[in-house]
Amino acid sequence: MKRYSAFAIAREALRYHTGWERAWTSPEPKRHYDVIIIGAGGHGLATAYYLGKNYGITNVAVLEKGWLGGGNTGRNTTIIRSNYLQDPSAAIYEKARALYEDLSQDLNYNLMFSPRGVMMLAQTHHEVRGYKRTAHANALQGVKTEWISPQRVKELVPIINIDGPRYPVLGALWQERGGTARHDAVAWGYARACSRMGMHIIQKCEVTGIRREGGKVAGVDTTKGPIDCNKLGLVVAGHSGVLAQMAGFRLPVESVALQALVSEPIKPCMDVVVMANTVHGYMSQSDKGEMVIGGGADGFNNYTQRGSFHHIEETVRALIETFPIISRLKMLRQWGGIVDMTGDRSPILSKTPVENIFINCGWGTGGFKSIPGSGWGFAQLMATGDSPLCRAFSLDRFKEGRFIDESVAAGVAH
Amino acid sequence: MSARIATQGRLIDRSKPITFTFNGKRLHGLQGDTLASALLANDQMLVGRSYKYHRPRGILASGAEEPNALMGLGEGGKFEPNQRATTTELYDGLTARSQNHWPSLEFDVGQVNAALSRFFPAGFYYKTFMWPKSFWEKVYEPVIRQAAGLGAVPKERDADTYEYFYAFTDILVIGGGVAGLQAAKAAAQTGAKVLVLEQTPHWGGRAPVDGGTVDGEPVEAFVERTVAELSAMENVTLRTRAMGAGVYDHGYALGYERLTDHAPLLAGPRHRLWRIRAKRIITATGAIERTLSFAGNDIPGVMLASAMRDYVVNYGVAPGQRVVIATNNDDAYRTAIALKQAGIEVLRVLDARNSGGGDLMRQAHEMGIRIDCGRAIARVKGAKRVTGVSVCAHDGEGGALEEVACDAVAMSGGWSPVVHLWSHCGGKLIWDETQAHFRPDPNRPPTGADGEGFVVPAGAANGELMLDAVLSDADAAGKLAAKAIGFKPKRGKVPQGAGPEEAPMMPVWLMPARATTALRNKAFLDYQNDVKVSDVQLAAQEGYESVEHTKRYTTLGMATDQGKIANINGLAILADSLNAPIPQVGTTTFRPPYTPISMGAIAGEARGEIFQPLRRTPMHDWHDENGADWEPVGHWRRPYAYVRPGESVHDAVMREVKNTREKLGLLDASTLGKLIVKGRDAGKFLDMLYTNMMSTLKPGKCRYGLMCSENGFLIDDGVVARIDEDTFLCHTTTGGADRIHAHMEEWLQCEWWDWQVYVANVTEQFAQIAVVGPNARKLLEKLGGMDVSKDALPFMEWRDGQLAGFDVRVYRISFSGELSYEIAVPACRGRAFWDLLLKEGAEFGVMPYGTEALHIMRAEKGFIMIGDETDGTVIPQDLGLHWAISKKKDDYLGKRAQQRSHMTDPNRWKLVGLETLDGSVLPDGAYAVAEGVNENGQRNVQGRVTSTYFSPTLGRGIAMGLVLHGPDRMGEVLEFPGTDGKAFKAKIVSPVFYDKDGEKQNV
Amino acid sequence: MLILQCPYCGIDAEETELAPGGEAHLKRHGPGSSDEDFHDYLFARENPRGVHFERWRHANGCGKWFHAARDTATLEVFGTYPAQTTEPPKEIRDAITARRPGWRWREFS
Repeated sequence: MKRYSAFAIAREALRYHTGWERAWTSPEPKRHYDVIIIGAGGHGLATAYYLGKNYGITNVAVLEKGWLGGGNTGRNTTIIRSNYLQDPSAAIYEKARALYEDLSQDLNYNLMFSPRGVMMLAQTHHEVRGYKRTAHANALQGVKTEWISPQRVKELVPIINIDGPRYPVLGALWQERGGTARHDAVAWGYARACSRMGMHIIQKCEVTGIRREGGKVAGVDTTKGPIDCNKLGLVVAGHSGVLAQMAGFRLPVESVALQALVSEPIKPCMDVVVMANTVHGYMSQSDKGEMVIGGGADGFNNYTQRGSFHHIEETVRALIETFPIISRLKMLRQWGGIVDMTGDRSPILSKTPVENIFINCGWGTGGFKSIPGSGWGFAQLMATGDSPLCRAFSLDRFKEGRFIDESVAAGVAH
Repeated sequence: MSARIATQGRLIDRSKPITFTFNGKRLHGLQGDTLASALLANDQMLVGRSYKYHRPRGILASGAEEPNALMGLGEGGKFEPNQRATTTELYDGLTARSQNHWPSLEFDVGQVNAALSRFFPAGFYYKTFMWPKSFWEKVYEPVIRQAAGLGAVPKERDADTYEYFYAFTDILVIGGGVAGLQAAKAAAQTGAKVLVLEQTPHWGGRAPVDGGTVDGEPVEAFVERTVAELSAMENVTLRTRAMGAGVYDHGYALGYERLTDHAPLLAGPRHRLWRIRAKRIITATGAIERTLSFAGNDIPGVMLASAMRDYVVNYGVAPGQRVVIATNNDDAYRTAIALKQAGIEVLRVLDARNSGGGDLMRQAHEMGIRIDCGRAIARVKGAKRVTGVSVCAHDGEGGALEEVACDAVAMSGGWSPVVHLWSHCGGKLIWDETQAHFRPDPNRPPTGADGEGFVVPAGAANGELMLDAVLSDADAAGKLAAKAIGFKPKRGKVPQGAGPEEAPMMPVWLMPARATTALRNKAFLDYQNDVKVSDVQLAAQEGYESVEHTKRYTTLGMATDQGKIANINGLAILADSLNAPIPQVGTTTFRPPYTPISMGAIAGEARGEIFQPLRRTPMHDWHDENGADWEPVGHWRRPYAYVRPGESVHDAVMREVKNTREKLGLLDASTLGKLIVKGRDAGKFLDMLYTNMMSTLKPGKCRYGLMCSENGFLIDDGVVARIDEDTFLCHTTTGGADRIHAHMEEWLQCEWWDWQVYVANVTEQFAQIAVVGPNARKLLEKLGGMDVSKDALPFMEWRDGQLAGFDVRVYRISFSGELSYEIAVPACRGRAFWDLLLKEGAEFGVMPYGTEALHIMRAEKGFIMIGDETDGTVIPQDLGLHWAISKKKDDYLGKRAQQRSHMTDPNRWKLVGLETLDGSVLPDGAYAVAEGVNENGQRNVQGRVTSTYFSPTLGRGIAMGLVLHGPDRMGEVLEFPGTDGKAFKAKIVSPVFYDKDGEKQNV
Repeated sequence: MLILQCPYCGIDAEETELAPGGEAHLKRHGPGSSDEDFHDYLFARENPRGVHFERWRHANGCGKWFHAARDTATLEVFGTYPAQTTEPPKEIRDAITARRPGWRWREFS
């Protein structure tokens, strides 16, 4: 497969770009693979990529019911950060963030990782203490964050209103190397790299059953026929419960709609990502100029990819309070994604009651930012049976009461 | 050139001139103009620049689908970017600025991108800007970012106001064209309550321009008559300038009414967001004309045929003097005829169909218009405006047969129903081969709470494009919707529309059909985002085969028009590239809103001081007038400290602590939750809710209690007072009142519903004031009325009585370690009692204190604070609160959870006091480090600070924290690294720093 | 934007009046229960794409908790009923059967 470069573009321009190859192939499934990953979203594709890259396992199929990257990978607010409080979270999110730094070069696909900085505003004394605690924890976790003053907040984000009246900004937790990336490109870049290693990405292939023999996985039934495998990874976000049921176990997971919206594009006015948890909203500006705004999640099970409008109202209200000028922008588009929420709102990367079936789910609102770290750790878990990055995120933690609760510091995790 | 003409102009008032400015230039228009028609009347063909290549852009459309003519409107606090000129009504003094160019609209440096466009195909940025690595962040992205964006940034706070409006209706009709009006009438005649929203200021939609007759009279007369009839009906509400913005689940719909955009001097809110619940929704949203994809179809002067007709007929504006028309259907002949009638020269109608059209073509022909069938535009010539076209055979590669000089081009690629609102909530579409468009699939409507379809499409929005069919379809839609919700449609006569016979259209997705690569490279699909036919073909070639992939890879349909112009043409090109039928490729998802709506309207009135409800205690105003440094706690605000002139906040806190410890302090404790739990089983119920045994508490006594979630974690604490045999009063934290009330109700209603218990939240019924300090009793004795002596009212008891004539309930409880009375009075007496305490307490040195002094004093005493010592992961056992966990009870909420292996782990961190060796204050949230790193390379830790303060009483820093095996390690020194490189050393001590034996409170 | 009828006050309550409360008909497991049972009681949740039973509270209304039978894929509501019951009443189950023949949810069908 030809490499992407400025030179290649110039070469292709001369022949009206007729020479570009497919970014990934669309093969028919084989009868057997060493590993099948169900779900060609960011997490599934990243898992496949690191299975190949780190463990030399390339006889891999990634099965996708729709089109690759068509789930939450393409429906989020593209934020990348690792300023988490608890050690296991900070480890996996920081691994992901660090991988994002070089991922464009690694995949030879420009993901437009933009470490423009992520700021979490503190607007109550309680939040101040919470974020100072996070800053201390991060320092020991190797995550570079700092506590900054309201004046520094204002310097970094001139359009912000730090004077209230209801919730004056008291400071912020600042992660300079947090930021955003082009979400679709993450899926596409991994897909292209997997395809280059000879892996099969099979789109429009829905899994209809999971076959087990003697307590072990034997293969899957799909709309493109049965396929055997030695190991199976379930990486399907909002639909994890349905697949777990096929495999014969239950998950501590519920699927709810999480909403987001964008404004019409305007000229650059905000370089950093700002999260305001007291008033419940977060916002960044895309390279296109749209203000990308994250909203709330419904509290009830929902598979419709539509949310309730009152959440949009609450979010917009909160952000106008924080950024008064956006009152005169217009909402261009709103949408919902289905996220899976676990009992402690932290993900599950774990072995399952069925031997050789592994599950990666429950990312809730934090899925996109973790993709490379999740793929890295989950590939290690699938290849070797253990991964330090995944250990704390096992399914049995709920039975033991060993939760990983991130709401402790931030109130909500995005 | 484009100019005003002497005839036509049904919407303008030639007697009312209007002055406005465009890019600083003073221009003149007429009352009734849109900004777009006024610009055209001033020969302003160039109105903006495209997003990626900065190509010159002119006005393409006449309505909501306009992708090009976006303006910055207004000034200062009324400035708004990205306003569509085509839907902006002109008013006197309007100021408009074009967007996305530098230094000027006429000369834009960014246009260099257009010259290099060959190097910037779809998705080029995914393939480059990666080397050297640091350049992405330092060079490429900043440059791209600076070039990106569209409208200018508003600089000032919004000067306008907004409001919500709630509407409940049987039937909501979206669209006030002939279909919407007829559907509304048919529905309203059954007696159903009907609301009609029309996004423009005018009723009738396109019909008055398109012509035809209804029951023998001109369609315009039908519109007028129907509007008059509907206006006279009591069950009908009509609103113009109100757009149906979105359709949501269970019949929820959003309306977006623009009240003053057309007249900014009008008083009142600018926009109104209608939050509508309708039993049925009729979408009579019409159809949008498609562009034709030929080279140069984006040059200013190339316009949708229907839009050109609108400008002539509605506004008396000729977008050009010599016009070439390209079409694949009969409707464009209406434009040819209208132009000719207005005295505009129509040079050619190039009809891609070999056999041409029907009645309308014949009529045009008879008027002397030259019609070339089987012909197409190979390319349009010109840069900032059209100068001519090359004509070619449609069924070819674009070899020019003839060059025609002209100054405007009208194009018609057929019509697509506006299916957005049908689709928002899950309505599905079918592909109509004859019309080459998607229309609503009647068998798969969006479904409501009852599982039945709740949206009914009508007229052109349902794929009916002929006037007669529009009216009968709309009539049927109105009746169907009414009938579905129990109204009885009358068997009325359906109005008969009549118009010319039309020949079938012919799908044309690329013009000419086999256009060369060079031509495809200039044939635009998405005008704003500069997506061309070649881009979509490239996406398909590279494997971005799903319509969502193509959209995201090329940005097709992602501009501010959200694909209204581009989508169908784009996906047809994609289908062709993939050799797949169009319906198999499908559409992207339609998401609300239909056109962008202001954030201001979405937020409504809630901003500034009324952003959220503010809960105020009866003493709130006093605090405000006396230097309160406010701290938000839920929707309450509590004084953090009362700052006196010349004092810092810190000074004030120190003063308040000292004064309370030495003399007398007052705390407004009214925000603390007060829940009355009453009934035969109240004791049994509280035994389940608290870890303590509450049923054994004697009336007249108080007990400190802990509440856990079923998952074992500590969620609230507070003092419980037993009022009588079956009545308790439970105090909660300030933030906890509503939450704990709900928690109690949940268990009572869902688990122990046979227990006889009633819970009432009386938090706001009482003001509560803590009178604290060595002089507390002296003050109460001075007030007189009840015995507050140690014997009459011992510690942890309460009494009802009177103080200085106020009815009071006095609790002898202490969160400070001082002699302390918490006194509840009816809320309406709170302020008077507070004032009295201050007045009478003056001689004892009374001073109010705020939440920070409260926190310091409780920390000096080693009392925990929910939210500080607890964070949702802490169980009472971690905090050394075993004494508050009853061993006698079989069960309480959280008990089973606390038996899980991780909860009984001896390695859980436990509460201790921490004392820095040098007396300094430990930083908030600092961690105590241990040796080495963990499996992920993170520094090992063995504890953390939960609360830390400077204690004015002890003159040093004190802290509490959770530490591994802490209570067994008294005297050990731990190291707490700060975030600034400084490390703190602190000794593990008892968490009780002050008055360890409680001598001060038990007096 | 759901509308659910509160079975107590009879009001067609809209979502902003209601507070969702998760899966219905959970059986409480307290002290003495196995780790397995206690885990399932707290965390194992039905998460079907289709018929689901859940708890709601008419929080900004009469304050009562009630149950709703709802389809999570279409948001169709089959019915609501008081929370003081351990299983869905027959008329609710019949209403679901009429719309979704062959449905199953936990031990109910």
